[in-house]
Amino acid sequence: MKIVLKQAGKYAKDAYITMGLTCGEVFLEILMPFITAIIIDDGLKASNISVVVRYGILMVAMAIASLGFGALAGKFAAKSSTGFAANLREAIYNNVQTFSFSNIDKFSVPGLVTRMTTDITNVQWAYMMCTRMAVRAPLNLIFSFIMCLIICPQIAPTFGIAALFLVIVLGAIMVVTIRIFNRMFDGYDDLNASVQENISAIRVVKAFVREDYEDKKFSRASTVLYRLAVKAESLLAFINPAMMLSVYFCIIMVSWMGANLIVGGSLTTGDLTSLFSYIMSLLMSLMMLGMLVVMITMSLASVRRISEVLSETPDLHDPENPVFEVPNGDIDFDHVSFSYKTGSGKSALSDIDLHIKSGETIGIIGGTGSGKSSLVNLICRLYDVSEGEVRVGGINVKDYDMEALRNQVAVVLQKNTLFTGTILENLRWGNENATLDECRAACKAACAEEFIDRFPDGYDTRIERGGNNVSGGQKQRLCIARALLKKPKVIILDDSTSAVDTATDAKIRAAFRETIPGTTKIIIAQRVSSVQDADRILVLDDGRIDAFDTHENLLKTNAIYQDIYESQLKGGGDFDQQA
Amino acid sequence: MNEKKGRRGHIKGSMPLLGRVIKYMLDSYKWVFVLVIACILINAVTGVIGATFPQTLVDEYIEPMLNTGADLFPELFNDIIQLICIMGAGVIAAYCYSRLMVNVSQGTMLKLRNELFSKMESLPIKYFDTHAHGDIMSVYTNDIDTLRQLISQVIPQTINSAITMVATFVTMLVLNPALTVISLLTAFLMLFVTARFTKFSAKYYIKQQHDLGAVDGYIEEMMDGQKVVKVFCHEEEAKAGFRRVNEELRDSGCKANTYANLLMPVNANIGWLSYAVVAIVGAILAINGLAGVTVGTVVTFVGLNKSFTQPISQLSMQINFVVTAAAGAQRVFDLMDQEPEKDDGYVELVNAKIGPNDELMETDERTNIWAWKHPHRAEGTVTYTRLEGQVVFDHVDFGYNPDKLVLHDISMWAKPGQKIAFVGATGAGKTTITNLINRFYDIADGKIRYDGININKIKKQDLRRSLGIVLQDTHLFTGTVMDNIRYGNLEATDEECIAAATLANADGFIRRLPDGYQTMLTGDGANLSQGQRQLLAIARAAVADPPVLILDEATSSIDTRTEKLVQGGMDALMTGRTTFVIAHRLSTVQNSDCIMVMELGRIIERGTHDELIAKQGKYYQLYTGNFARQS
Repeated sequence: MKIVLKQAGKYAKDAYITMGLTCGEVFLEILMPFITAIIIDDGLKASNISVVVRYGILMVAMAIASLGFGALAGKFAAKSSTGFAANLREAIYNNVQTFSFSNIDKFSVPGLVTRMTTDITNVQWAYMMCTRMAVRAPLNLIFSFIMCLIICPQIAPTFGIAALFLVIVLGAIMVVTIRIFNRMFDGYDDLNASVQENISAIRVVKAFVREDYEDKKFSRASTVLYRLAVKAESLLAFINPAMMLSVYFCIIMVSWMGANLIVGGSLTTGDLTSLFSYIMSLLMSLMMLGMLVVMITMSLASVRRISEVLSETPDLHDPENPVFEVPNGDIDFDHVSFSYKTGSGKSALSDIDLHIKSGETIGIIGGTGSGKSSLVNLICRLYDVSEGEVRVGGINVKDYDMEALRNQVAVVLQKNTLFTGTILENLRWGNENATLDECRAACKAACAEEFIDRFPDGYDTRIERGGNNVSGGQKQRLCIARALLKKPKVIILDDSTSAVDTATDAKIRAAFRETIPGTTKIIIAQRVSSVQDADRILVLDDGRIDAFDTHENLLKTNAIYQDIYESQLKGGGDFDQQA
Repeated sequence: MNEKKGRRGHIKGSMPLLGRVIKYMLDSYKWVFVLVIACILINAVTGVIGATFPQTLVDEYIEPMLNTGADLFPELFNDIIQLICIMGAGVIAAYCYSRLMVNVSQGTMLKLRNELFSKMESLPIKYFDTHAHGDIMSVYTNDIDTLRQLISQVIPQTINSAITMVATFVTMLVLNPALTVISLLTAFLMLFVTARFTKFSAKYYIKQQHDLGAVDGYIEEMMDGQKVVKVFCHEEEAKAGFRRVNEELRDSGCKANTYANLLMPVNANIGWLSYAVVAIVGAILAINGLAGVTVGTVVTFVGLNKSFTQPISQLSMQINFVVTAAAGAQRVFDLMDQEPEKDDGYVELVNAKIGPNDELMETDERTNIWAWKHPHRAEGTVTYTRLEGQVVFDHVDFGYNPDKLVLHDISMWAKPGQKIAFVGATGAGKTTITNLINRFYDIADGKIRYDGININKIKKQDLRRSLGIVLQDTHLFTGTVMDNIRYGNLEATDEECIAAATLANADGFIRRLPDGYQTMLTGDGANLSQGQRQLLAIARAAVADPPVLILDEATSSIDTRTEKLVQGGMDALMTGRTTFVIAHRLSTVQNSDCIMVMELGRIIERGTHDELIAKQGKYYQLYTGNFARQS
């Protein structure tokens, strides 16, 4: 809660202004009944037109002033709440930017999107209502109560009973409903997850003719949600009658007691009329408070979800005195073990001991889940090792400034993404100051130039969201070019040419040899042809090094490598050529 | 003039939508809603009685008692008892309608959600191709929620306010028509102001929804590529981009809310203004004895005037709910009104058995023999054709858009039990062909026949039931591993599922999962590797046991070594079935009965592996090209 409220930042001031202005508005509103009393008692009943006109005009003036206060308060409330929401969104987004890979794995993209839209909208609404009512309701309440007591102290116990009754009833309802609401929100999440699943897997649903099955599954889930919602809201349905009950109780008590007091001579008719109007405003403010509580309750679930992201701390930190320069492309793994979840006991890598010299080309091959990607992710410190030490250029990766390390150790990820924008803009992710010529050179090395030149707009061709308007192979080549622009000391291709045909694949590797001879090149591939001309090939199996040798030696000695080679030799070609 | 038009346009635009929401609600809750209105009526009437009681108290009891000294307390006591009863009825009525509205609003939501979902399930694949998934999703979350507000809050409050207004209006009219005109004028002023403000705020609310969509889109795109952002240290740029869209949203949100927030104070104070005017005019009239106005009338009237204008300012607070609800309703009904997938098929798939004269007969038993039941309307006869799995393409053309064909003149024959492979570059049209067999899309020209029957005549459900598909993108569902395998055949026993998993070589890794077959999968099987998910998808198709199989890059994410393991299982799965295989690894397709080489939507070569190699065409080129450098 605190962490969320802190985000109001510079807009907090507007919230205070709102409250101040509301004070003015409430003050004028409270004075209104006085004026009406004067108009009725001294003007109308006394048939005194000048009083009516004078106070009527005063009333108009006050109304205009109150309108001014109210309008400004509304404006500032809008400004502060939307500003608060914008700050919250930005805070979440900025915090996500500090996340490490393992933090990112924890939150799903739709989950983050819901937090930044629906949840924040809820909070924004509640925040706005709070700033507008937080002053109004208590002020009204206190003032009306004082006025009642001044007019007729004998009536106080009646109010006490009514207020106590309301507090108990509302309190009880709140306590129970908050619990149901929390369960309800979880139900919402499940329901949304199931819709999401069905949208993305619609082909599977239709292919297996499971529409009815999914319908039933969905309606079961939505019925659960319905029951919870009905349960929660039928409790809330007591609020309105409870309010009325206390209003009516007060009216009846005041009528009876008032009549007695007036006849007894200790109260006037005018007092009685005022008393009634103050009762109304007293109970109205109670109702407003009640509404506030409901609103806060409902937004609490959202607040909780938002603060989950805000309070998530990145689990990778820059060292105190970071090293900014990677001296060379040496890579050393010193008895490294690694698991994604600490303490799960299941390690993705165990006891990796590996030494690569600057400028070497290393191929990595192994089965699905053998730990190839995990291994290279440790080199640029996307995750931290569980045991042992990874060194780049002879220095432990934990001693580098992370940005410096990642700029000099380029990874082309397995699941890669291009972003909306031109090809040039995408390339310049690698180096924002790259000239067009540098970009061309990189694209040439990545064999991307040939197809870019065929696009009518060349390097200014717009890439659509997620790179959907280029083929898989083209995307991969652009991603490689983007990484090359960093001019890294180490470049890692994590299965980055799988959609590129073998001939182009070979050309890219040849270009690497010529253009970046000093850079250490690590190539993960499923095709033997992609790695066979590497200086050494690492064969991984179940998170362990099975062998680390040249193609020729491996063919002679390593069973796994022989197996893979054999299976691909027998018609192991690849048909996915450039489109 | 223009603005007036604009306002009308806006009201015209949203009113039918809201009307439709109400109609939708009434469809299933007509009588409950009548009861709700009755309760609201009772509640409003008791409210008016309660509000006028102080007047009665003063006029009929206190004043007489003060003036004459008579003791009217016993009568007053009786009156109060009566009042207690009336108020009691009011409280009960209030509870009843609040409680009933819970059922009405939540029930309507339930119905809406369920109908929306089953509507969505019935939509053609094309809809999902052309609509962003996030957009469809937000219909369920954001848009439906706006309707809940509308039904549970705005509608009852509006009815309540309307009843109160009508009641006070009638009383005012009876009391004094002249003063009523003044009240009416202010009421119109308030309505006018409300409409004006609503127009402005609606404009910005719409912009706000639009900007919200932009923020949504930005987050989705950037978060999807968050790991790329990280490895390129692009966090600052990403933040700057976000700040831009976020600021747009803040700005439109601020404006929309400002206009909406202004309404309350403006209307409340117009109410006071009206009070003052009525008091002054009334006083002048009363003192001059004009229009039959007395002082007493004015006193009562100013009070009534207040209860007349108050509901308007209360309602104006609800106006942003109404505006957003209209926007939400628009999107909800847009989805509701989509044309579902058309199905004119009438040929059904039935269990069959061999009759005494060697003919096929329909049966209710599970015989493992299936037949197409083909009624001929003209002759009134029914013929049965055994399901064998023969698929014939006859000069088929197809385009996702009618003006751009992606498949040209495709002809091919797959005899029962044959393995047909498609190879070719990305975008050559391989996947498209398989999408035509199960009628995810309908062809533009030509014919596809299944066991000699035009597939357009086959019921889509039965057609798809007879086809097993492993798709390029693997999707799994929340549930256990067992549930996911059983998805292929809901009646399969645990043993059958395990057998299918064993066939697909998935059994090994499943047993190594923490809870084996009972391991829960969430988030599309996020806790499994891509290869493992594909193995499960293959097992899922295996348990369905269909006569025709379509494997679309089913083994692309499995490394060659694992693939060899899967291959054995796949071969077992394929025996006796017509199989269409799409692959980019030649090893997968080599042993096919026929290989179709595709380029730009056409079949450019066809034949067995040996024939194609002998032909020395494209296939040969690619096949040998791969290994040219190796020797």
